[in-house]
Amino acid sequence: MGEILGLLLDPLRYAFMVRGLIAAVVAGGLCALVGTYVVLRGMAFFGDALAHSILPGLALGYLLSGGSRAHLFWWGLGTALLAALVIGALSRGGRLKEDTAIGILFAGAMALGVVLISTSRSYAVDLTHLLFGDVLGVGEGDLIRLAIFAALVVALIFFFYKEFLVVSFDPVLAVTLRLPAAFFDHLLRVLIAVTVVVALQTVGVALMVAMLVTPAATAYLMTRRLPAMMALAVLLAVLSAVVGLYASYYAGVASGAAIVLTATALFLIVRLAHNGRGASG
Amino acid sequence: MALANLWRKVTRPGWEAWHSPGLPILEVSGVSMRYDGVVALEDVSFTVEAGERIAIVGPNGAGKSTLLKIIAGVLTPTAGSVRIYGHGPRGHLCIAYIPQRNQVDWNFPLTVADVVMMGRVGKMGLFRHPGPRDWEIVRRALEEVGIAELADRPIRALSGGQQQRMFLARALAQEAELLLMDEPFTGLDLPAQQGILEILERLRRQGVTVLLTTHDLDQAASYFDRVLLLNRRPIAFGPPEEVFTPQALQAAYGGHLRLIRVGDELIAVGDTCCEGGGGGG
Repeated sequence: MGEILGLLLDPLRYAFMVRGLIAAVVAGGLCALVGTYVVLRGMAFFGDALAHSILPGLALGYLLSGGSRAHLFWWGLGTALLAALVIGALSRGGRLKEDTAIGILFAGAMALGVVLISTSRSYAVDLTHLLFGDVLGVGEGDLIRLAIFAALVVALIFFFYKEFLVVSFDPVLAVTLRLPAAFFDHLLRVLIAVTVVVALQTVGVALMVAMLVTPAATAYLMTRRLPAMMALAVLLAVLSAVVGLYASYYAGVASGAAIVLTATALFLIVRLAHNGRGASG
Repeated sequence: MALANLWRKVTRPGWEAWHSPGLPILEVSGVSMRYDGVVALEDVSFTVEAGERIAIVGPNGAGKSTLLKIIAGVLTPTAGSVRIYGHGPRGHLCIAYIPQRNQVDWNFPLTVADVVMMGRVGKMGLFRHPGPRDWEIVRRALEEVGIAELADRPIRALSGGQQQRMFLARALAQEAELLLMDEPFTGLDLPAQQGILEILERLRRQGVTVLLTTHDLDQAASYFDRVLLLNRRPIAFGPPEEVFTPQALQAAYGGHLRLIRVGDELIAVGDTCCEGGGGGG
């Protein structure tokens, strides 16, 4: 017993581990909550593209501000909001299918980001941090920003719960109820964008979509009502963050990838158990 | 109903202005719809009095669904206008639109009561969550359509007839006065169809006006006050015995209708439409 407690407490001797753990738990939970809408509305590709589209903004901010974390955050947020609105505009009208348009935009943005970063001397290290996260490098300022924006997103999802639900389940009903459906669609994209930016440091651009969809998809298989799905998704994400981070500490592997792999393992277990139970749910 | 009107007066000053007394509940005049140069509807005009039941019939691609969506205010016609009690459809909360069953995501994590509650969203206003009064209205609506015992059932566990009843309950919870239903009978067995027709009869006694699209000409003739025979243009509009003439049917369906001769009478056996199959007219 004491040994297990020792194993659990040992990493917490380091302040960077404590900060990393808090960041991973809050960011993971937030992603999972927002992710329920991503899963239910089939927006996984949107989330993935959004995360990748931030890269050139981060790279530009990095080159202009010399790598200050606070500056980087605001550059990322600006780029994410811009990308969310551009993708939103691409999704209506136009002869190309939405996913094609998104694909062009996000691969182009990604390439631009890589080109920009490659002009910097510490190219490989910086790119890796942006792509795969750097949760153990989270500072106090990062934590405060994360907490403030997480609270904001959660509050908006709580206040507009029924509006988001109607707009997601039955857009035509939203119109006949005279809800401003387009406004709520945009707001949801903006919330996803903010979430992606504040969570970026935990798993990075490349693995972001897993944080959005994997815990929410697992919860989707296990529940039959949206509030339960949201609660369970958050719980699974928190569990993945904690288990992943400890695994990364003891096995010496990349923390973001360990968190994502834990979430993926949980999904596979639930999916298999679900199959075993037959098609009842 | 008196309570509902009082509530409207309190929460929506000026509401009365939207319903000019003495005017027909629905007035469609000169409505045309073109997509990319393709004519979906051309010069459709008709008037419906409160409490009437109207069936819209016509071959696939006749523009039946498009017409319903224009009346609901979801689509804007390229020409012509729709008046509800003398005013455009977008100001009204009194219209309920029930979608074709194959256009609904039945795997959404919702219970029957959750979906019916969505009808209340327009009345609740922003930042409010459902109160006891709203749940009481939902419970009564479910009782009215005879599925009170299914309130906590996930929507994916419903039969076709139960799905339609759930949407009817949602329209009741919405306190709708004009009910638009897109192919409500498609894919339902006869007892289920009969159940829906009985509910519509009860709604009529409460003064609810019903417009629906159907492929079943016999049903349209037996249960509806007036029939609109549509094939992009309105072919005929009036009581069934006046609309269902061999000439009008021939004009609407061409060769796609099986007509058999019994004695002196010509009987339409049904159009050769494929059931389900997405989209429809």
